[in-house]
Amino acid sequence: MARVDTDLPPKGGFSFDLCRRNEMLVKKGVTLPGFKKTGTTIVGLVFQDGVVLGADTRATEGPIVADKNCEKIHYMAPNIYCCGAGTAADTEAVTDMVSSQLQLHRYATGRESRVVTALTLLKSHLFSYQGHVSAALVLGGVDVTGPHLHTVYPHGSTDTLPFATMGSGSLAAMSVFESKFKEGLTRDEGISLVAEAICSGIFNDLGSGSNVDVCVITKGKTEYLRNHLLPNPRTYVSSRGYSFVNGHTEVLSTKIIPLMENVEIAEGDVMEE
Amino acid sequence: MAQRFEAPNGPSVEELGLDSERTLNPYVTGTSVIGLKYKDGIILAADTGGSYGSTLRYKSVERIKPIGKHSLIGASGEISDFQEILKYLDELIIYDNMWDDGNSLGPKEVHNYLNRVMYNRRNKFNPLWNSLVLGGVKNGQKYLGVVNMIGTHFEDNHVATGFGNHLARPILRAEWHADLSFEEAVKLVEKCLLVLLYRDRSAINKFQIAKITEEGVTIHPTYSLKTFWGFSAFQNPAKGAEGSW
Repeated sequence: MARVDTDLPPKGGFSFDLCRRNEMLVKKGVTLPGFKKTGTTIVGLVFQDGVVLGADTRATEGPIVADKNCEKIHYMAPNIYCCGAGTAADTEAVTDMVSSQLQLHRYATGRESRVVTALTLLKSHLFSYQGHVSAALVLGGVDVTGPHLHTVYPHGSTDTLPFATMGSGSLAAMSVFESKFKEGLTRDEGISLVAEAICSGIFNDLGSGSNVDVCVITKGKTEYLRNHLLPNPRTYVSSRGYSFVNGHTEVLSTKIIPLMENVEIAEGDVMEE
Repeated sequence: MAQRFEAPNGPSVEELGLDSERTLNPYVTGTSVIGLKYKDGIILAADTGGSYGSTLRYKSVERIKPIGKHSLIGASGEISDFQEILKYLDELIIYDNMWDDGNSLGPKEVHNYLNRVMYNRRNKFNPLWNSLVLGGVKNGQKYLGVVNMIGTHFEDNHVATGFGNHLARPILRAEWHADLSFEEAVKLVEKCLLVLLYRDRSAINKFQIAKITEEGVTIHPTYSLKTFWGFSAFQNPAKGAEGSW
């Protein structure tokens, strides 16, 4: 008897079944839905006691700012955080997925998660999707083997670096790092250098903007500094908001109509709720 | 004076009835040029590399040249087009000198001339494939501007072409201020050149810095910057992270 397809275990990798149908739709004039890209500046650096991650907070949909204050630093484990650039849905989904896998692994092993574990899970997932999952990540954390900082690219390659930047603002941020980074920075120096690099991205790259988020990970302690800097506040011309002073507008004529005249108060029961 | 100054375009190939021949790709290219104003004048800096696609073909290309008494030009992009532009500027300056009237073309005028040339060429779909930095001092007034192959031009306190826009401009925006001394300006420029050396694949470690002040032009001899590669993460990057670089 012939083996039916449903008996075979699912093979890994991307399922290209719907591609022919998609191509047919495009030929018929159907426009594929667009996706929200994060057009981002994300950075990370290793300092003497651990790692500092930084990100801007602007999410763009083409030329429009879709979210002025989104969160790009994602939780992976209590000691591991991941900044994400690229398609917002992809970075969110892939970091959530690996975060859950790490938790299950923690339960199974009874140990703190290691950064290389998250790295391997992320890279093998992204590689199997051949770059179609558009997630460019800066992964950082501190585990028993020490502080680690990695970059992960959408096709699945990774780098181990002392300092890293990703996203559309990566060149602006990298110019700050390349000129000012040195090994053995203190915590405050690390935070201020990361903030400076993100600000460079915010002010020099159109895809990045709004505020600076920072996350400091050291052995045994993680601090997530949401909106560490707000260099783009909403400002008003006058501190009291708008005011229209009497006499600024010329009054041509005045007519006062008392409204109560036309209202009839009918006797009756009060309306019930 | 009976001579007429011929515009460098001449009749276009379409007018001559020939098959349209125009620049479609650059071949030998120079990478970024950086310029900034400082207390006494302008500083321009560029590396001396001429790339032929992905090969570093020429390593001693001078991409910064003086123009007349008051200007310096730095070019990135197609080197042959830069040489052509130098020829046009040479004719322009000679024509100006022949008037012998005590006036000389300043940087603002040369910049405007270049803008007209670049824009007109682009409109004929036969661009000069360059981004040019034009800086100079005349009668105490400092001038620094940029023109590119499509004719976009502007002037500013600090400018860059190509990759310099992405890597050097952010540093200059944060750290430039008015009345830099020469030493401070060179330090700032070297900071930018070092980042470009690390992160621009067509940059080489051989630079030329040129300065122009009211007194005149000085193009310094070429020199190299010190690079640092001693980060501990570079020693054994795959340690514990198999398959990582």
